[in-house]
Amino acid sequence: MMSVLPYLIAGWIFLVGCYGLATSRHLVHAVGCLTVCQSSTYVLLLSVGYRDGGTAPVFSDLKPGSRPLVDPVVQALALTDVVVGATITALLLALVVQVAKRHGTLDPDELSELRG
Amino acid sequence: MSRRLRLWILTVGGLGFALLFTAACLRLPDFGGNSHPYGDRAVGAALAHHTANVVSAVNFDQRAFDTLGEETILFAAVLGTVVLLRQTPDERQVRPTPAQISVPIRRYALTMLPVTLLVGLYVVVHGQLSPGGGFQGGVVAATALHLLYIGADYRALERIRPVGLYEVGDAVGEGVYLVLGIAGLLGGSAFLANTLIPYGTFNTLASGGFVPLLNAAVGMEVACAVVVLLAGFLDQAVEIEKEAGT
Repeated sequence: MMSVLPYLIAGWIFLVGCYGLATSRHLVHAVGCLTVCQSSTYVLLLSVGYRDGGTAPVFSDLKPGSRPLVDPVVQALALTDVVVGATITALLLALVVQVAKRHGTLDPDELSELRG
Repeated sequence: MSRRLRLWILTVGGLGFALLFTAACLRLPDFGGNSHPYGDRAVGAALAHHTANVVSAVNFDQRAFDTLGEETILFAAVLGTVVLLRQTPDERQVRPTPAQISVPIRRYALTMLPVTLLVGLYVVVHGQLSPGGGFQGGVVAATALHLLYIGADYRALERIRPVGLYEVGDAVGEGVYLVLGIAGLLGGSAFLANTLIPYGTFNTLASGGFVPLLNAAVGMEVACAVVVLLAGFLDQAVEIEKEAGT
């Protein structure tokens, strides 16, 4: 069980985020839920790359070959993920600001009709 | 669609995802296992190019082209945010009123500003050696400037933050990354290939070939991008308001 638990936690975080997105009554809350969904990918990536007893793949104070290392490739992918996630959150929040100005509401259910 | 129906669809989809995802996880290699073929090869390649921080080596050497794509996403997102948050014709700009700030907060913010800025630059410059790099250090440096908003007021922040200049800096960071890539193409072997300049001594500032240069370009872009982004949101919050009577 322990050998797959971290992967399952990633899936659980994703589902929690999806539930929040589907039941959201406020657009800022929805953007937050999307961030939760996205953080599940960090958990998944980092748990895929973990090695028992491994340390950070950084040699500034470590002799190469002296200790097992965790996978640096997935860490780099997680970094990409964080950066893209942060910028997309900023873009979505800017959209939310515009929605609030044009429609005067932030409840997604009240935004279902298109207006000119 | 009613909320009830939506919840039903969500339950069906969620259950389906949970089943398929669990089935997939059970076939994955065990957590903490010893088999990481890509990781082992990435570590070897980083050591061959004298880069102590393997994550930086992956980002700026082995996967430098992907990082260009990531940077471009950042650039495009900032561009989109600036367009979305611009001042529209029915809005006007008001001068923010100076706020009273308690002395301990002001003292703390003004002391921490140079320290944070220095930490940010340190993290960028040492990206090829220790944890950190252009993305992380850029965010720290940009945050440092905003301590002035907490410690003084918005007008003080605006004086040290001419947004136009930071927009140019954002573009220059992106441009320098491209130019370094083309330099690799002309002088070395391939676009963004780390073959042009010597790899230097392992674990010193000038090691890693292109890695510190690309790190600095990314650091500049990220710092400027965060400043421009926050300027857009802060302007909306502090300065821009709807024209009276519209």
